[in-house]
Amino acid sequence: MALLEVKNLKTYFFTRSGVIKSVDGTSFSIEKGEILGIVGESGAGKSITGFSILGLIDPPGKIVEGEINFDGRDLVKLSQDELQKIRGNEISIIFQDPQTSLNPVISIGKQLMETILYHRKGVSKKEAYNSCVEILKTVGLPAAEKRMKSYPHQLSGGMKQRVVIAMALLNNPKLLIADEPTTALDVTIQAQILYLMKKLSKDFHSALILITHDIAVVSQLCDKIAVMYAGRIVEYGSKEDVIFNPLHPYTKGLIECLPKLNDDKKRLYQIPGIMPSLLGLPEGCYFKDRCEFADEQCDVYPPRQEIDKRIVFCHKVK
Amino acid sequence: MLKYILNRLFHSVIVMFVISFIVFFIMFKAGDPVQLLLPPDATQQDVIEMRHALGIDQSFIKQYEAFLKNVAKGNLGNSFVYGQPALNVVFERLPATLELSVLAMIFSILFGIPLGIIASIKPKAWYSKVIMFLSLSGISVPIFWTGMILVLVFSVLLGWLPSSGRGEVYLFTSAFTWDGIKHLIMPVLTLSFFQLALILRLTRTGMMEVMMQDYIKLATAKGVPRRVVVYYHALKNSLIPLVTVIGIQFGQLVAFTIVTETIFAWPGTGKLIIDSIQNLDRPIVVAYLLIISFIFVAINFVVDVLYTFIDPRVRV
Repeated sequence: MALLEVKNLKTYFFTRSGVIKSVDGTSFSIEKGEILGIVGESGAGKSITGFSILGLIDPPGKIVEGEINFDGRDLVKLSQDELQKIRGNEISIIFQDPQTSLNPVISIGKQLMETILYHRKGVSKKEAYNSCVEILKTVGLPAAEKRMKSYPHQLSGGMKQRVVIAMALLNNPKLLIADEPTTALDVTIQAQILYLMKKLSKDFHSALILITHDIAVVSQLCDKIAVMYAGRIVEYGSKEDVIFNPLHPYTKGLIECLPKLNDDKKRLYQIPGIMPSLLGLPEGCYFKDRCEFADEQCDVYPPRQEIDKRIVFCHKVK
Repeated sequence: MLKYILNRLFHSVIVMFVISFIVFFIMFKAGDPVQLLLPPDATQQDVIEMRHALGIDQSFIKQYEAFLKNVAKGNLGNSFVYGQPALNVVFERLPATLELSVLAMIFSILFGIPLGIIASIKPKAWYSKVIMFLSLSGISVPIFWTGMILVLVFSVLLGWLPSSGRGEVYLFTSAFTWDGIKHLIMPVLTLSFFQLALILRLTRTGMMEVMMQDYIKLATAKGVPRRVVVYYHALKNSLIPLVTVIGIQFGQLVAFTIVTETIFAWPGTGKLIIDSIQNLDRPIVVAYLLIISFIFVAINFVVDVLYTFIDPRVRV
């Protein structure tokens, strides 16, 4: 049985200007220790998918339909109190911007220790402190003891993200969700952090959902890839299949956008147009206006197709 | 830290020096107190003698020079009206004003912050709307009106509370005797309404802003209980601007209890300063304003020190 199985998840935001279908019928699953990459443009619903799993959707947002089966429980049906026991304990999340992820007026040590103390009853402060120092060393933060007393403003962006990663791993979670963990970091730090995350998720036997807009990142780290577009998954399969043999025109476009070493073209490829507004989605396939293969067949939303263990939503793929 | 304190002390001396000069000058220009002090049938000779006795027959520079010399000896001059040292007269009245302002501030903080938090957590709930409506009235309704309505209801109609005076005083305050407490309730409430509403609204705005931050979401995401997220993670951040405002407002409270003291015939400094200005009693006015500015300076200092405890990014 899969560790996490998301079935037909629908997370809508009920705003004054209308219903925003941020996540609209998404299904995927992840096995123990596996790394799944969710790729897509800004606003494709990647982050909202991650937040939905942890029940972190604030009003006017709401999970309107679907199941999130995690380790034998449906997270959608759990109360906030029950979710609180899972958050930071069995499922952890790492946010995009380390600059804003840590509370500026609470010391690093306190912020780390509370993650342990609220979940593991009977653990003494001393034990919690030692675990925190230990994990700071594991994520490669120099002078761990000194850092426990530091406040976030005394650390660089890369160091803060290491602290956030440490915080996520403290309780040895079964699932780690990383929401664009390197987007806000320096390019030189990005590779370090990504390598660290991959290594740690293997060491800690945690499954990892890596949410990113950078297909190059997922092609290096992930076992499986889900490509999201306008709130829906358009292609979903193993990394090898999706990267080296993309079927959906959107995935093809994304990969085409990457600069290649042995390429002497002056300009990079770009997919024409922009993603449609979630408030005014077109009839039929959401990608048709930007797709070079689109014809009248695409005025109906494409059905789910399973081709060689891969799922794709496109009329033009046979 | 010591360097910082000395620095602040030096600044406050300059501030108080400038204030004394301005007040001295204004009171010098404002008129001749002798006309008010002597009976209408006093002779010209009486006037000249009195002016000489008070030392106000000399030039402005000479008078100010004499004042500074006295200040160096710790003497702010004798009140023209009471004949006693001005400092003593003010200090005698100060406890009454301080107890009113301190209690009003404590009351405002004790109710303002929790109500502000409640109104920020579920802004659309009916109770949040009631709280916000009441706070709007607290900000808009002038305190002389609130005070008089309280007197009308609780003293005149119901007869529960006394309408004027301090009641029985023990250890410089009315707060230790039952009679004193009964006298305190209405003035303190009157003085609190505006402060309470202000603190409430500031807390609410601050909390709503902080609750949207990523670190609050992350605290929730790592399984910190809701009440800890609200009352520790979020509140500690919203306290930062609040402490500044509370500091400034406390200074205001001490300085401007005048209206409340007038309504309730409260024998504090507010009433004293109004009377002294009318009588052109310069030593009292100067002494009062120097004490008030010293209180302001002291509060600002306390606020700065408090800051370093609340916000680690600030270091003195």
